[in-house]
Amino acid sequence: MIKINITKTLQGSAGTMNLDVNISIKEHEFVALSGKSGSGKTTLLRILAGLEKAKGTINVNGELWQNSAKVLAPQKRGIGFVFQDYALFPNMSVEQNLLYVRKDKVLAQHLLEMTDLTTLKERLPSTLSGGQRQRVSLCRALMNRPKLLLMDEPLSALDPAMRTKLQQDILKLHHEFGTTTIMVSHDPSEIYRLAERVIVLEHGKVVQDGTPKEVLLQTQGSQKFSLTGELLDIIKADVIHIAIVAIGQQIVEVVLDEAEAKTFKIGEHVQVSTKAFAPSLHPL
Amino acid sequence: MDFTTLNFEPFLLSFKLAGITTLILFIIALPISWWLSQTKCRCKPFIEAIVSLPIVLPPSVIGFYILYALSYNSPIGAFFEETFGITLVFNFTGLVIASVFYSFPFMVQPLQGGFESLNKNMLEASYIAGKSKFQTLLRVALPNIKPALITAMIVTFAHTVGEFGVVLMVGGSIPGETKVASVAIYEFVEVMDYDQAHIYSGIMLLLSFTVLLGVYLFNQRHKRRIGVSS
Repeated sequence: MIKINITKTLQGSAGTMNLDVNISIKEHEFVALSGKSGSGKTTLLRILAGLEKAKGTINVNGELWQNSAKVLAPQKRGIGFVFQDYALFPNMSVEQNLLYVRKDKVLAQHLLEMTDLTTLKERLPSTLSGGQRQRVSLCRALMNRPKLLLMDEPLSALDPAMRTKLQQDILKLHHEFGTTTIMVSHDPSEIYRLAERVIVLEHGKVVQDGTPKEVLLQTQGSQKFSLTGELLDIIKADVIHIAIVAIGQQIVEVVLDEAEAKTFKIGEHVQVSTKAFAPSLHPL
Repeated sequence: MDFTTLNFEPFLLSFKLAGITTLILFIIALPISWWLSQTKCRCKPFIEAIVSLPIVLPPSVIGFYILYALSYNSPIGAFFEETFGITLVFNFTGLVIASVFYSFPFMVQPLQGGFESLNKNMLEASYIAGKSKFQTLLRVALPNIKPALITAMIVTFAHTVGEFGVVLMVGGSIPGETKVASVAIYEFVEVMDYDQAHIYSGIMLLLSFTVLLGVYLFNQRHKRRIGVSS
């Protein structure tokens, strides 16, 4: 069980903000940390890693990591950390990156096999693709057999196909190593696939905490189908108005009447939902 | 021109001085530049200003203070003379001490710049892997600033070979002891022996250019090989 009860004053782009988090995380749980940028997700992760100072206590499986009297150094926490920008050691080969953490060739070999990197083990990081680098970074983070694995938007720089592959790797390694995993992510499909629990931060406070289904499924009441998007434009076509809405990577049109069209502002976030008709699904 | 009577001793002395100075400075500057690159201390600008002083101060001012500090009239000079029986001025030891001060910023600044350009996450990844700051410095930071390291070494070496004012004030011009190449050239010009001055100056010019070209060629290749980012 990980008990986190910390506060820290942050200087954000929108003035000062108080990070104030009090949560418990079960052993072997996979937690996704979500929220807008600047909500304090990365800072919380860095505080857990011991890379940033904060007030309060952190207790991990009965071991005190910080209280008002002491702060355990990052070196002594035995965690794994995966950075968004990989943060590999450019002067070392793939295998050396892993062995730097711990001289355990058997474990390194095993991790490289699990992530299909064996043939690349002699290569320098600069010769690898983004997806390959992040897999190396993931393997490196597991070389210490960490109890706690922290990941800061590990897949956000990768293309969708590579993401899916790495999501599978992450899940596989999470189960095999029995880690407690906390991952910062913005991607609902990623969160749904990987996490058992989602914690949403806003202005430094926990605003939602539950299963991905509870938190991510946006339908309310009798709605059957609901998506959020950004209103890009409203086009007048004869007597009706057509709203152009960007939902994820897709653009859709929604018909509005004159009165409705006046209530919307271009650029605002909107919810597209339907009650009467069930949406149908076709394979592509 | 007469090459047969050419005396290479001043050159050898210049290189010996520069080599020893570079070695000493590397050892001194490494922890200081690493600390400067990582610290958030408010005193950092003061330390940086002190480190950079030799760049702006006239060599005669540095030479004067060092001469004053090392001479028998100062507590430092008197201490060394009385305790170890070592005289610190107008000999090779004095030159090394003076050169260490004179070339200090040329070692610290490139190293500090190199360390500051490193990916902070990479260093943190090393700490999280359980490695101390010292291990991180030796195994991660230093190998990844090779161009800065080479630049620091070469520029320090070249700058020491090229020093004149400080050497003249602290060392004088004792053949085989403190008469380095730059001082020798000054003396040739003073006695209007332009032939010898030409030869010495030409050799210095050629050596300096070759060394700098080597540095820039290395840096260009290194950038291509390792890639700009990790």
